[in-house]
Parts: sequence; structure tokens; C-alpha cells
Amino acid sequence: MTITLDAPRIVTAHPLMTLKNVSKSYGDVRAVRDASVEVFPGEVMGIVGESGSGKSTLLRMMNLEDTPDTGSYTLDLPDVQGNLFELDRFARRMLCATKIGIVYQNPHLGLLMNHSSSGNVAERLLVAGERRFSVLRDKAQIALEASEFPLERLDAPPIELSGGMQQRVQLAKAIALEPALLLLDEPTTGLDVSVQALVLDTLKRLQQDRQITMVIVSHDLGVIRTMADRVIVMRRGEIVESGLADQIFQDPQHPYTQQLVHAKL
Amino acid sequence: MTLVLDVQSLTKGFTMHHLNTQMAAFNDISFGLHSGEFLLLKGTNGAGKSTLLRTLYRSYLAQSGAALFQSSHGVIDLMRAADVDITHLRRSEIGFVTQFLVARPRVSAQALVAEPLRQAGHSADAALDEARRWLSAFGVKEELWRAYPTTFSGGEQQKVNLARALILPQKLLLLDEPTASLDVQARTALVARLAELKSQGTAMIGVFHHPDDVSHLIDRVIDLTPNTSNPEDREDVAY
Repeated sequence: MTITLDAPRIVTAHPLMTLKNVSKSYGDVRAVRDASVEVFPGEVMGIVGESGSGKSTLLRMMNLEDTPDTGSYTLDLPDVQGNLFELDRFARRMLCATKIGIVYQNPHLGLLMNHSSSGNVAERLLVAGERRFSVLRDKAQIALEASEFPLERLDAPPIELSGGMQQRVQLAKAIALEPALLLLDEPTTGLDVSVQALVLDTLKRLQQDRQITMVIVSHDLGVIRTMADRVIVMRRGEIVESGLADQIFQDPQHPYTQQLVHAKL
Repeated sequence: MTLVLDVQSLTKGFTMHHLNTQMAAFNDISFGLHSGEFLLLKGTNGAGKSTLLRTLYRSYLAQSGAALFQSSHGVIDLMRAADVDITHLRRSEIGFVTQFLVARPRVSAQALVAEPLRQAGHSADAALDEARRWLSAFGVKEELWRAYPTTFSGGEQQKVNLARALILPQKLLLLDEPTASLDVQARTALVARLAELKSQGTAMIGVFHHPDDVSHLIDRVIDLTPNTSNPEDREDVAY
């Protein structure tokens, strides 16, 4: 038994991103059940849960790669209106290129592995309509620099780079157009611990310097604890608990969250 | 003196689902705290002193009761406030001081200390100057200011943590044994800073292993040992 929380009173800004009552089934499997999420401007939201909990499905919906059976998705931005799940393919692609950035666990999903790293970043700018070569090159370089990518390797294709460097190219591509929302799907899973710390540090730095709103999915509670202001806990497609990151880790309420936190510590 | 915090019938316990048990922490606690007041929590181990601090900071969720906080946005019940509102208050009005530093890789000591000021809108240069002043006051050697505290000794980390936690004056300060294992210079600097903040109106609730360090600051004592939780007036204590 705990106290039910009120709606925000001090923070008067609207949530930047709102998912409302989103459900999705694949055949008989209900991947996401009635999930609602609000993320406020400048906030870092963490989503944790075991494999198959629906956390990655939810993130793919936020990137408009997947459409739920029911539910709505809105972004509170001046030139974006309505339920984004109702947009056609072209409008989705444009919106994703200009307003949303994503970093996948698997760099093959986000990058052309045999094209140059700078070309990968510039491609994102091309999709958004930039055609001037010098602008493309400069902007790509700025984004790679912000992602702390070594500039002497600008022309190297991702296939020749280490895992940590590939994630930096993905990150540069994701932030090149200064998106309002940055989505991170297990961004450091599979990296060496030391490389992971560096990539997380870069993310933290970017977040503080640019106040980017982020949603980060990870099964690694340490990553979420380092990054997130608030945390959502998912199990079998449902959000079982949400709260301030320190509260979720120090005073978890749901039996599943307790199990998850105790397993980690 | 304005009432900064009005705690009403606060109750906290923990449900341990895997053991199917409830563990009570504290029950039906009520007290008021005015600006510039220093309240000492005492009680045996396990009486719930730290738990009360963490509940007020909202790292723990209360089971029932209220904690009405006089924020600059009006009165708000900390036990019921939305998570984003709590995040906002933690950046601007409510501080928590422990003995442990949460260091981050590749962030220098001075940057870590300056961060609360940066978040409050101070310029980078002004925040850094102030950060260096506090690092120096707490006795952190100048050679270490630009280094990364992840590799510092426990004592040095604790000093960086205190400088960071106390750099920005706040309305309400929660102190969880900040003096434990500090050397004399740092302890003197800490007590002096607390006295300064208190005179500027910061209300404080503290748990101290050796309250002698701060005895001249204490206005009231609450004993959380079960069945003795009556506030005891400390007007008799010399200021």
C-alpha cells in the first residue's frame, strides 16, 4: 500500500512525447498491453525488463517502425500534429529523419557497414533535403565530433571499426539533425566494460550540453541507473511500475521489480 | 520564521514480496520545521532515521501521511508530488547530503562540484570559480581539482561530495551522517557551512553519529526509537 501520486503541478511544460493506451499483438502473443508513457522535455526515461517484456517493441513504435493495434502517439512540437501512428510511410520517414534519432544495439540495423562513416552521417542529412556538399560534410563532421569519434577515421567504413566506434557513428547519425527525441536500444550491450563507460559518458555529456530528451532501453540496470531520471519497468508486455530512478532501485514496489533489483545487487 | 515543512502522520514500511513479509520503518511521525531550524533525528540503529530522510527526499515511497513543503511554487505534498516535480525540487530547493560520492567517469572534481550551479543557471566560469573555492574550503588539494574523483581515496571523494552538495543554498537540506570519517579541517568547514546556510534560512534535518560536532546548531531533537517519538525542546542548548 502506497500513496497515489498527483499530476505534475510545478513542471508546467507538456510532455514532449506521449504514448497512450498502446497495445500490440503478434498472433496470440500480446507484445504490448495498454502501455502509456509520458516523457518530459530534457528528461531521460529508462525502460527495463527481461527479454520479451515488450520494451524494444515499445521503442520501435516510438521510432514509427511498428504500428500498434490500438493507441496513440503524439510529439509536442510546433510543426507536428495528431496521432503519428496515422501518418503514411513518406510522412513517417520524414518525421523520423528530422525529429527522432535512434541508436540500435546492432549497428547493422542503423548503418551502411561498407560506406564511409561520414557518409553514413551525411545520408541522414540528405534524407532531410540537404544537397550542398560542403554543408553535408561540415554537419557530419560536427555530429561525429560531438559523439567523440576520432576525426582521422572519418572515411573508414563502420565494418572496419570497433564496436564502440560503430556506436559513435550511429550516435552521430542520430543527432546530426538535432532531433527532439533520441531513442537508444541497448546502446552499450555487447561492448567491453571500459568502452561502455566511455559511450555512456558521451551520451551523458550530450544530454547535458544539448538537453536532448532520451528514451533508453536496456536490460542492464547499471546503465539505466547511470543514465535515467525516471524508469519504467515492463513485464510480459505490461508496465508494472514506474518512478524516479533512485526510488525504483532503492524502494521497488512491484514483486517483479524487487526480484529484478535484487538479482542485480 | 516560515513553516518550510509540515510532516503529518507519516508512515513507512517495506513489503518484501519474496519473503511475504512487511517490515515497519516508522509509524505516524508528525513534526513541523521552520526556515533556519535544525532538527536532529536520533534513535537506535534501525529506528528509521535514514529511512525518514530518504522518504522525505522521495527515494522511498511513504505508505501514508503527508509532508507539506513550502516550495517557491506554493505548498506541495512531497509524498504525493509527481516524479517530475520532485526532480525539479531536487535541482532547486531540496538537497540531500550523504557521505558517498556518485562519481562519473571522465568528469573532473571541479566540474562535478560546479554542476548544481550550472543547472541553476550560473555561467560556466562563475560556477567553476565557486566550485574551486569550496574544494579549497573542504581541503581538497589543488592538484586534484582537475582530476577524476573515481580514483580518489574515500576521504577525498567525501570532500568533493560535500562541496557539491552544499554549494547551492537550498530551502531544505537533508543530512545523512555527513561528518562520518571526515578529517578535522573538512569537519570544521562543513560545520561552518551548515551554520552559514542555517543563518541564511535553510531548514535542516540531520542524522549524525556524533552530534557533538553540530551541537551548537541543533534546535530540536526527535527520537525515533519506538515509543519515545516526542519532540524534545532544545532551547536549553547553548547557541
